[in-house]
Amino acid sequence: MIKVQNIIKDFGKLKVLKGINLEVKQGEVVVIIGPSGSGKSTFLRCLNHLEAINSGNIFFENQPVGFNQTPEGKIVPIKGKELCQLRSQMGMVFQRFNLFPHMTALSNVMEGPLTVLGKAKPEARDLALELLSKVGLSNKADNFPSQLSGGQQQRVAIARALAMQPKLMLFDEPTSALDPELVGEVLSVIKKLATEGMTMLIVTHEMAFAREVADRVIFMDEGKIVEMGSPDQIFTTPRHPRTREFLSSVLRGYEKIPYPQVG
Amino acid sequence: MFLGPLDINFIMKILPNLLLGAVMTIKLTFFAITLGTLIGLLVALAKISSFKVLRWFGGLYTWVIRGIPLLLQLMFLYYGLPFMGLTLNEFTVAVIGMSICGGAYMAEIIRAGIQSIDKGQMEAALSMGMTYPQAMRRIILPQAYKRLLPPMGNEFITLMKDSSLVSVICMTELLRAANLLQNATFRPIEIYVSAGILYLMMTTFFTMVVNRLEKRLAVSEGN
Repeated sequence: MIKVQNIIKDFGKLKVLKGINLEVKQGEVVVIIGPSGSGKSTFLRCLNHLEAINSGNIFFENQPVGFNQTPEGKIVPIKGKELCQLRSQMGMVFQRFNLFPHMTALSNVMEGPLTVLGKAKPEARDLALELLSKVGLSNKADNFPSQLSGGQQQRVAIARALAMQPKLMLFDEPTSALDPELVGEVLSVIKKLATEGMTMLIVTHEMAFAREVADRVIFMDEGKIVEMGSPDQIFTTPRHPRTREFLSSVLRGYEKIPYPQVG
Repeated sequence: MFLGPLDINFIMKILPNLLLGAVMTIKLTFFAITLGTLIGLLVALAKISSFKVLRWFGGLYTWVIRGIPLLLQLMFLYYGLPFMGLTLNEFTVAVIGMSICGGAYMAEIIRAGIQSIDKGQMEAALSMGMTYPQAMRRIILPQAYKRLLPPMGNEFITLMKDSSLVSVICMTELLRAANLLQNATFRPIEIYVSAGILYLMMTTFFTMVVNRLEKRLAVSEGN
């Protein structure tokens, strides 16, 4: 579904992504973990071209994202229309929700279908109500974001992304800005999506959740994929010392990792 | 100092002339605000554009226009342009001059307003597949609008008062109407006090409209 070839991204002198390769298949749930500043979020934001990559290729269903390489090897930016078309098929959920504060929850969810897909109002409304009920917020349809808790806002944001009927969902630390007691309600919505077969890339610090929901876990550090594997493999028998170090520091206290002796 | 009693009868006599002037002031201000806001919006968008040429143009525009007195700009348009083969009537010159100048100030206000909106809003809009103009129109500008209202209201009032400057190019708005009466009757106290009260009534009305709008917008976000 999405194929990433050797992408490199830097902000001035700071090298953020140093050659990432990844392929995600339809229906797969890939969870990306790693310390802050490892480039996880930037990587996700490159996938829908919110950040422009410096080099490499990204293909979404065999269509290039952001840039295209001509047969002569020249890199040219793709047209705005095509980019919008690609983005509309990838839903994104942000750490800080980014709901539109001047619209009700319902209007937030209706906005994409109305403006981008050009759907009729009644149709968009029905779809939005259905999605709000899916995330358990039918009774909040007429509330403005400022009247909702963080967890509720994030669930509306998920409904808003789903309203575009995306083929792929990108979650950028969806629970990092939430009070601890509100994390569960958001994670359970994401889990539900996983069981329905949605293809997802999730950046998170919730290790228990990662282990439960992921088909594949990626550990990133310093702009590279250090280790990739099944959740069981990564969480029980991490191969790379950096992975072990990271997991032991984040899991300290509530989950024990059996350490294989390296000798 | 003896100011002398205001002669009500005299005021009633000059009032029709002053009111005609006031109507012209309102007309000028209305056109200047409409055109100026349009110019301001376009220049603001140019200044935050990703195209270097547009940014450069926007910067040049605000730099030049804000750095030169409106009075001089008006005189150039009125006395200078005919020498370049373009003669415009007073009203057109007045509206163009005020719009160009007001637009430069409004561009700065609008730019600051747009940039004060959280970056995540644009990202959320783009990530849904919106084009940049769609995101601006549907998401960013409606939010910026609310923050822009108080400083824009100020700018509108300034523009209304600055419309008195066009009296120098023989545009008979409120101040020039007063000056003409003064030349004919030499009764400055009644004339200028009346004109001042008319200006005050107009700016007060304007302030009230802006305040009302602000309150209504606050309600629309549910806070």
